[in-house]
Amino acid sequence: MGKLFDFHGGVKPQTHKQHSTREPIAVAPLPDLLVVPLHQSIGGTPHPLVQAGESVMKGQRIGAADGNVSAAVHAPTSGQVIAVEPRVMTHTSGLPMLSVVIESDGEEAWVAPEPVNYRSTPPDEIRDQLRDAGVVGLGGAVFPSHLKLNAGKDMPMTLVLNGAECEPYITCDDMLMRERAQDIVRGGRIMRDMLGAGQVLIGIEDNKPEAAAAMRAAVAALGEDMRVIVVPTRYPAGGAKQLIRSLTGIEVPHSKRSTDFGVQCFNVGTAYAIHQAIDLGRPLISRIVTVSGNVERPRNYEVLFGTPMSHLLQLAGAKPDTDRTLMGGPMMGYLMPNPDVPVVKATNCVIAGSRALFPPSPPEMPCIRCTACVEVCPADLQPHEMYWFARARNFGKAQEYHLFDCIECGCCAYVCPSHIPLVDYYRFAKTEIWAREREKEAADQARARFEFRNLREERDQQEKTAKLAAKTAASRQTAEKRVAPKPSAIADARPAAIEAAHAEGTVASAPALSVDPKKALIEAAIERARKQREAIAPKNTENLSEAQKAEIAEIEARRAKIREMAKTHDEDASK
Amino acid sequence: MLTALLVMSLGAVVLGAALGWAAIRFKVEGDPLVDKIDAILPQTQCGQCGHPGCRPYATAIAKGEADINQCPPGGEEGIRKLADLLGREFKPLNAEHGVEKPKSVAVIDEVTCIGCTLCIQACPVDAIVGAAKQMHTVVAPLCTGCELCLPPCPVNCITMEPIGESVETWKWKYPVVRIKAAA
Amino acid sequence: MNNSPYIRQPASVQTVMLKVLLALLPGIGAYVWLFGAGVLVNLAIASAAALAGEALMLKARGRPLDIYLADLSAVVTAWLIVLTFPPIVPWWLTVAATLFAIVIVKQLYGGLGQNPFNPAMAAYAIMIVAFPALISQWPHSGLDFATQLDLIRGGSRNIDAITGATPLDALRTGLRQAVTPMTVQQVIAGGPAFGVLGGKGWEWIAGCYLLGGLWLWQQRVITWHLPLAFLAGIAVFAGALWGIDPGAFASPLFHLVSGGTLLGAFFIVTDPVSGATTPRGKLIFAVGVALITVIIRTFGAYPDGIAFAVLLMNICVPLIDMKTQPPVFGHKDD
Repeated sequence: MGKLFDFHGGVKPQTHKQHSTREPIAVAPLPDLLVVPLHQSIGGTPHPLVQAGESVMKGQRIGAADGNVSAAVHAPTSGQVIAVEPRVMTHTSGLPMLSVVIESDGEEAWVAPEPVNYRSTPPDEIRDQLRDAGVVGLGGAVFPSHLKLNAGKDMPMTLVLNGAECEPYITCDDMLMRERAQDIVRGGRIMRDMLGAGQVLIGIEDNKPEAAAAMRAAVAALGEDMRVIVVPTRYPAGGAKQLIRSLTGIEVPHSKRSTDFGVQCFNVGTAYAIHQAIDLGRPLISRIVTVSGNVERPRNYEVLFGTPMSHLLQLAGAKPDTDRTLMGGPMMGYLMPNPDVPVVKATNCVIAGSRALFPPSPPEMPCIRCTACVEVCPADLQPHEMYWFARARNFGKAQEYHLFDCIECGCCAYVCPSHIPLVDYYRFAKTEIWAREREKEAADQARARFEFRNLREERDQQEKTAKLAAKTAASRQTAEKRVAPKPSAIADARPAAIEAAHAEGTVASAPALSVDPKKALIEAAIERARKQREAIAPKNTENLSEAQKAEIAEIEARRAKIREMAKTHDEDASK
Repeated sequence: MLTALLVMSLGAVVLGAALGWAAIRFKVEGDPLVDKIDAILPQTQCGQCGHPGCRPYATAIAKGEADINQCPPGGEEGIRKLADLLGREFKPLNAEHGVEKPKSVAVIDEVTCIGCTLCIQACPVDAIVGAAKQMHTVVAPLCTGCELCLPPCPVNCITMEPIGESVETWKWKYPVVRIKAAA
Repeated sequence: MNNSPYIRQPASVQTVMLKVLLALLPGIGAYVWLFGAGVLVNLAIASAAALAGEALMLKARGRPLDIYLADLSAVVTAWLIVLTFPPIVPWWLTVAATLFAIVIVKQLYGGLGQNPFNPAMAAYAIMIVAFPALISQWPHSGLDFATQLDLIRGGSRNIDAITGATPLDALRTGLRQAVTPMTVQQVIAGGPAFGVLGGKGWEWIAGCYLLGGLWLWQQRVITWHLPLAFLAGIAVFAGALWGIDPGAFASPLFHLVSGGTLLGAFFIVTDPVSGATTPRGKLIFAVGVALITVIIRTFGAYPDGIAFAVLLMNICVPLIDMKTQPPVFGHKDD
């Protein structure tokens, strides 16, 4: 038994795990309609591979990974695609995202599985297989797993399997370990060999003795050299960074990858999914989901992605006073925009919430700097200072105080005697900073392009002038040699004529000498387009309100002004 | 009396020398003012401020020829930042130059487009691609929403479409400070 | 609807303040037992004045009265003021000090959580400057309640009959007699104010404060950093002086149980709002308070220096906090 390290802070909320572990995992009945969002992992949004009207098989790829930092998406059951359109996403924002809507035919007809013998296949191909099987981290971060499975370069690697599952209510990993321990170990075996890991540590919180026993038995039965390590129950012991520290003593800072420190951490559910994808050739189309909270029969279900959460809540018997649906646990979970959003790869738990279960927090009081938040912060931050700066929108300072090291575990808000929604301030500040970075990037790009364009125009102008000067010089020479220009030399003579005109002191404009053919073409095209436009009368212009009319007039006026300005600017430039 | 004067002037000289030395030794190499102002401006290059581009406007502000409230795309936040930088009073956006609008991109109706290239010439950031008599299209990520391509279009086939929020660009709202719990 | 976390520990500012008040009760009990019930009258006056001042200011600032009055922070300030004043100060002095603390030092700076200075200590410092005589008249232990009440009501004072010097005062006057300076031992042996360790009776009250403080620590209202660093600082600095000349300087033990040392260690230095918040910052803050306290007690003109020491260190808090940011998870080697 290795030495256990301790991480700073943490809290011990009521776990409420006993409710949902009484019954074994059940397979959730097939819903009639599945809505599968294409974007279910970190990275690029997969491209849809199917169209409305097509029929799909269970496990058929319906979204192809967009580049390497992405993961494929598959049809969770057989049936017909009835739409590929934006649907409300499993996300607090309630914004729509491109989804594939599948009407199930009830057949559950699988595509032919393509198992891979991982021992005889090059690692690159296994990684591609994992990407195309849509395997992502099932602990909640949904980071594509194939990106994490590179052999360590110059140091011995340690593989950590995360079965700590510290959030209250959630028991999906617990039940998976109890019931399918051997498959988890098989998945761990694949990961260990891909990483070339010297040791495999399986971390389980001490409130899950059955899971630890099952895992130990599975490791022994398969004759593997993996260590099951029981860690004290303390939220957030199951955070990847906290568990790595507990088991190995290594602290992985924000913005660094744990590989660089010789550790790689996977959720036990991911190990199970990898076993399914490689040994059985089955893509990731379902996962274990805990349904708990304000329900009559809390339980774990094996759920197909795309199943509406309301379907699960109905199965578990949501009580009548349920007023919200949460995805994840009560510490870090997200409020869903409605109960009908689909279960996705990140959905480890669906909690029916009510006022009685999660009473609204008491009124927010000013921070009294009591440092209760500092005591519990597992990232060793100064939450009250970050709060102060985030609240004042002083984002630079907030970053200086390591805002982005915050893992949003919620311990600080859990203990705050002033009931300040601290995590909300951090989330606000983080997304604001990201938005600003995006804006700044766009502005820098626009500036660079604008400056380049100006440079180019200037260069063109110079080249034109140079050419003109050269031609003038050339034609003057010819003019001096010959008394009268030949008719064939009219084009050459034009600059000379200008010269002559200038010399005589009369004003003559160059285009007047001949009608510009380009201009004529444009005129003709305008005429054509005008006719075309007249044919299609503009819509929605009859019943305009006064305000709309005013707005139109204003825009027209501005256009005129800009035209005027562009003209004067051109003139300025040509002077 | 003389000693006092001497001591005082000696002190003044010493302190002055120290300050002068510190000013040279700890000199802060800052961006010239124009760069700093330009960094705040949104780089839309729309000309609504009355200057042909963001940098000319920045130069005009630095010279004191233009006011800080002439940039509609920069909006109120931009004016606040300029006011902070220049140590001036905040003032609302000058309506003569336009109003703050949601960020938009230009979209070319490809059916109507006649391929005249006038919009390509008008675009300050080369965000429109196409060739003569070929249909044009706007490279949306590069478009700054300056609206300069609208007036030259002979067939009015360009429209401005506001950029909607997506799951990627969605922002958490500023927490509402509730002084009293909602009953 | 709010966001995660959806569950919270049942903690509030009110319970924190209530625990502080409860922790003061043993000390107050001993106070009443040894010096009579006069202090209770002052506590009542100060509490009422604090709540009234707070209510008035909250109303003026447009803040909800009920939650901010119920947080009890004003009462804590009021009690600390009373416990640092002699129990026989006239009622108007208590009222003025409390109002000053609440209205000016706390509310004008933005109310709960915003004040850069410890309100109780600021009030004490102002009053000792404005009314030095009244603040240094400490009664004998045997003064009856009727006389105390009369004095509180503003009755005339026959000072010599009812008051005596506090140990720290006696020590100062004894050691600094221009004609025949005494040694510490001589002063202590000859003074009626001295008990076994420190001031007669006061050492028991100090012991009770210690008990209350330990309970606060056990309840996780305060961390060990501030009290321990403060007491250690007092012991070390006083000990150093004592080591130099035990005849001219009092022993560290005497400093620890005299004056407001233990009240200060657990209830004043630990004020979260105006104190440092980082672990190292807390240590620096408390040691700084201890150093200044010992210096003022030994060389200064005031009997006890905790108030001034706390205020001086309050000024340094932003700097201390900024310079002592602890390393973040994963950045410990940076």
